Amino acid sequence: MNILVIDWLIFAEKLVLIAVIIFSSLGVALYTTFAERKVAAILQDRPGPNRAGPFGLLQPLADGVKLFTKEEIIPNAANKFLFILGPGLAMTAALMTCAVVPWGNKLELFGRTIALQIADINIGILYVFAVVSMGVYGIMIGGWASNNKFSLMAALRGASQAISYELAMGMSLISLLFLTGSLSLKTIVEQQINNSHFWNIIYQPVGFIIFFICALAECNRTPFDLPEAENELNFGYHQEYSSMKLGFYLFSEYINMFISSAIMATMFFGGYDMPFVDESKFDPNIAAIIGIVALMVKVVIFIFVFMWIRWTIPRFRYDQLMDLGWKKLLPLALANMLITAFFILLQSNPIKF
Amino acid sequence: MAATQIIFWFLSVLALVSALMVILSKSPVYSVLWLIALFFAISGHYILLNAQFLAIVNMIVYAGAIMVLFLFVIMLMNLNNETEPQKNLWIQLTGAISGGCLLMLLISLIKQATEIHGKRLIFENGTIGLIENLGKSLFNEFVIPFEISSVLFLSAMVGAVVIGKK
Repeated sequence: MNILVIDWLIFAEKLVLIAVIIFSSLGVALYTTFAERKVAAILQDRPGPNRAGPFGLLQPLADGVKLFTKEEIIPNAANKFLFILGPGLAMTAALMTCAVVPWGNKLELFGRTIALQIADINIGILYVFAVVSMGVYGIMIGGWASNNKFSLMAALRGASQAISYELAMGMSLISLLFLTGSLSLKTIVEQQINNSHFWNIIYQPVGFIIFFICALAECNRTPFDLPEAENELNFGYHQEYSSMKLGFYLFSEYINMFISSAIMATMFFGGYDMPFVDESKFDPNIAAIIGIVALMVKVVIFIFVFMWIRWTIPRFRYDQLMDLGWKKLLPLALANMLITAFFILLQSNPIKF
Repeated sequence: MAATQIIFWFLSVLALVSALMVILSKSPVYSVLWLIALFFAISGHYILLNAQFLAIVNMIVYAGAIMVLFLFVIMLMNLNNETEPQKNLWIQLTGAISGGCLLMLLISLIKQATEIHGKRLIFENGTIGLIENLGKSLFNEFVIPFEISSVLFLSAMVGAVVIGKK
């Protein structure tokens, strides 16, 4: 009896793609921790990690081994199941977002055309939103289950911060979606590749700035790292965590950073589009590889900017954070949305003077 | 059995089990987590019906925002088994009976409804749930109800702000 009717080749192809993307996100996150320490060192005029391997390149591996071999402590008063679930959720939510990012155009291997995107769904960007809003649970559950007042405070801060900044983020995206008329990330990239169309940053600079600030807040990066403000809350929501569970929390932050950089590059900076080059002239495989490299370069630049901001700007006070989110970014995003809508209306119904 | 059917049964069982666990679990935090699982299962059903927009909005609004606020309040109040007053058996029994009556009523109503007789679910290839069709029908056929509901939301927002200011 044939129970499942599935095209096994597509199944295998997608499985390989998922494995490659998840492992490369993990690899990128691993080396982002190293890059963070190096960038911090350069900005503070000191050498940074340089002992393990040439230029300290083996440092992340050493850190990983250290985290793995440390003693695993679960506090007596903690809720055991939720205490373990927390970091797992944080990690899952961080990795799930990469499903809709188009990492490149098409590869042609063994007579098959392989799209370098796990799923091209027509609600792509909303999917990203849904998964991002799930990411809060990792922090909240972890903070609550630790049964520690500082962790709980940090969890509540994290949740309220994420909810507040999601609003402005959504509003800034709506004005971009007015322009693209599509929610699919693949379509958005293809529109930007088109020669008669510039990258979306040209049309939506204000939207991009709002989105970028909100992305910083959603990733809990300085100046918005209030959930782990070490001088007020000891270590925030992961204070009771040790060993690899702590590693999961730290890692998920770097994965979030990587994926949000990829999303920003995709939506505002042309995704896998190499500027000033007409990709359609090349062999499709070479064009795909050029595309992946172009996207990665953009992502690395974004990650560098994230770090640059972290090591330059001090942390906000809590009321300043809420003030910025609700009283500055949200009205700005609304105004941006109305102005964009007005111009689009004007373009589709020209007024004759 | 096709893949769709397997997924349907899996999601249905998940939805029923998590709905029961919302009521049965002792700790309110677990209840909230089961409720989130329930929303996921229902979103899965929407996706099976090809209503992708509905599925994702259900996840963003309910699982992503409202449940976070629920969890927020429950964590702040710190409702644990010890502190929560246990209701006595009679109240639980009355609740079960009245809930059962409501369920019976709903099931009999659904069975009698003529609108759904002889209708079958359209799996995978229905198009009404896609964002484009949904937007068109909302802004063409149902403009007035849509706008009225937005006024309702606005008044609720104003109300929340007024209460919050007090």
